Amino acid sequence: MSMTITEKILAAHAGEERVEPGELVNCRLDLTLANDITAPVAIKEFARLGLDRVFDPERVVLVPDHFTPNKDIKSAEQCRLIREFAREFGITNYFEVGRMGIEHCLLPEQGLVLPGDLVIGADSHTCTYGALGAFATGVGSTDLAAGMALGECWFKVPESMKFIYHGRLQPWVGGKDLILYTIGDIGVDGARYRAMEFTGEAISSLSVEGRLTMCNMAIEAGAKNGIVPPDEKTVAYVEKRAKREYRLYDSDPDARYVEVREYDASSIEPQVAFPHLPENARPVSEAQGIEIDQVVIGSCTNGRIEDLRVAAKILAGKKVHQRLRVVIIPGTQEIYLQALREGLLEVFVEAGAAVSTPTCGPCLGGHMGILARGERALSTTNRNFVGRMGHPESEVYLAGPAVAAASAVAGCIVHPKEVAGDAN
Amino acid sequence: MKGRVWKFGNDVDTDLIIPARYLNTTDPQELAAHCMEDADPGFAKVVQKGDILVAGKNFGCGSSREHAPIAIKAAGVSCVIAATFARIFYRNAVNIGLPILECPEAAAALQQGDVVEVDLSTGIIKNLSRPGEHQAAPFPPFMQEIIKAGGLINYVQERMKKRA
Repeated sequence: MSMTITEKILAAHAGEERVEPGELVNCRLDLTLANDITAPVAIKEFARLGLDRVFDPERVVLVPDHFTPNKDIKSAEQCRLIREFAREFGITNYFEVGRMGIEHCLLPEQGLVLPGDLVIGADSHTCTYGALGAFATGVGSTDLAAGMALGECWFKVPESMKFIYHGRLQPWVGGKDLILYTIGDIGVDGARYRAMEFTGEAISSLSVEGRLTMCNMAIEAGAKNGIVPPDEKTVAYVEKRAKREYRLYDSDPDARYVEVREYDASSIEPQVAFPHLPENARPVSEAQGIEIDQVVIGSCTNGRIEDLRVAAKILAGKKVHQRLRVVIIPGTQEIYLQALREGLLEVFVEAGAAVSTPTCGPCLGGHMGILARGERALSTTNRNFVGRMGHPESEVYLAGPAVAAASAVAGCIVHPKEVAGDAN
Repeated sequence: MKGRVWKFGNDVDTDLIIPARYLNTTDPQELAAHCMEDADPGFAKVVQKGDILVAGKNFGCGSSREHAPIAIKAAGVSCVIAATFARIFYRNAVNIGLPILECPEAAAALQQGDVVEVDLSTGIIKNLSRPGEHQAAPFPPFMQEIIKAGGLINYVQERMKKRA
């Protein structure tokens, strides 16, 4: 009988031959993840169980990345709690400031998530790892606490939606534009409780980085997980990082989907999502000329080396427009070092941008780029909810790194080709 | 349970429920003091024990932060009724024992200030201010077990005892 890749991974981890959408299954976990916002609550709940061990100290990952380097005493206390927990329980994958990264950039990079894995994370963007052919989904702290204890979690098998992107992408169009376009099409609850499976020629041509960006934002359509069936690019990415076995799954040709959507990717322009929902995506031509006060390039959505390369290509030899400020945040220490070696950081600093150590800070209005009343940001992050980046009367527009970098030069939202021509 | 209705719209996200700038604490009372702040700055000060939150589609979309249902519960809200819930919020609410009911009809019909009686065992939502009675979808049996155990941690404790 035929199954989708999502159903196959859930079935394998439930010890079942097959599973059906809607079925409740108890699954073995390959990895659990929490950060400095969600781990403290999880640790409190975990303590109620009175256990002296976690299910597997090598499969519990703790990354203090949201309010770090600590922005105030309260966040320092939260991080201390995690640090002490990691020591007490012998957690091998605890990542300290200076050796860390934004969690969803860090885990794939470090080979901690592999194809065929089943991962839960107390962070909604855990769905990022679907790009490697894993089933990964965000949960709350109590679910995470139970997962750390049992190494198991229950799931309702989601119905799958298939998205097929035909054709070749236009210059300056990347994974971020495809996912914003898709969320614009189906809405912020268009895939609620469902799996989003991304396929087609344009997905094959995307780098693994671009696929991570797409799966990252599956949650912005309400999805349980995003997933890209693994191919040779996936294998090339994980092969040099994997420290354990992994398994490649693919959907059967006659697998059942609740819905199939096909797009002509060659007609998709760079996208901009207007405030205050990611579903307010429009072609950049419709956002042209909107003045901005701040540009942020980074986050678990677009803080990878490929994103920084795109930004540097546009910013090289140019200056950030006088009326605005730019914050650029490499996603991990490794990405930071790579950007340094490639001369990207020099390009950014010379252009007049601030470059930060890895942090989720500005994305959620934590620190490192909070907006004042009435200010407007263009950001490569994933959410533009009311008050997301600071004052409740500020505004966030979402875009990919090309539009963000070009707009930083222009001082208002522009198509990248207007700043850097057609060659990307 | 019986309470006054606070009405909100569609796609109420977790940043509206509890803005991230307050997530440097896990204290439920501190979180409750900022509950719904960016949607209705006065809400946390005037909400009364037992009041009921009513919203449109996709309530709780966005972040996985459990601080969202914790803030609502600690603010004294007895129950959330929405047309639909975002997936992670739904699960979190069940896990911490915040009653939630999915009922598009009630979400559309109930108005700000209505006094409403909710029977969780039957899923019946009765308007005491105006004529109107609505039937919410019951919890799946599996979730009822978690609720019966008093939340997920208690449920896990029972499971671990069985394993030992």
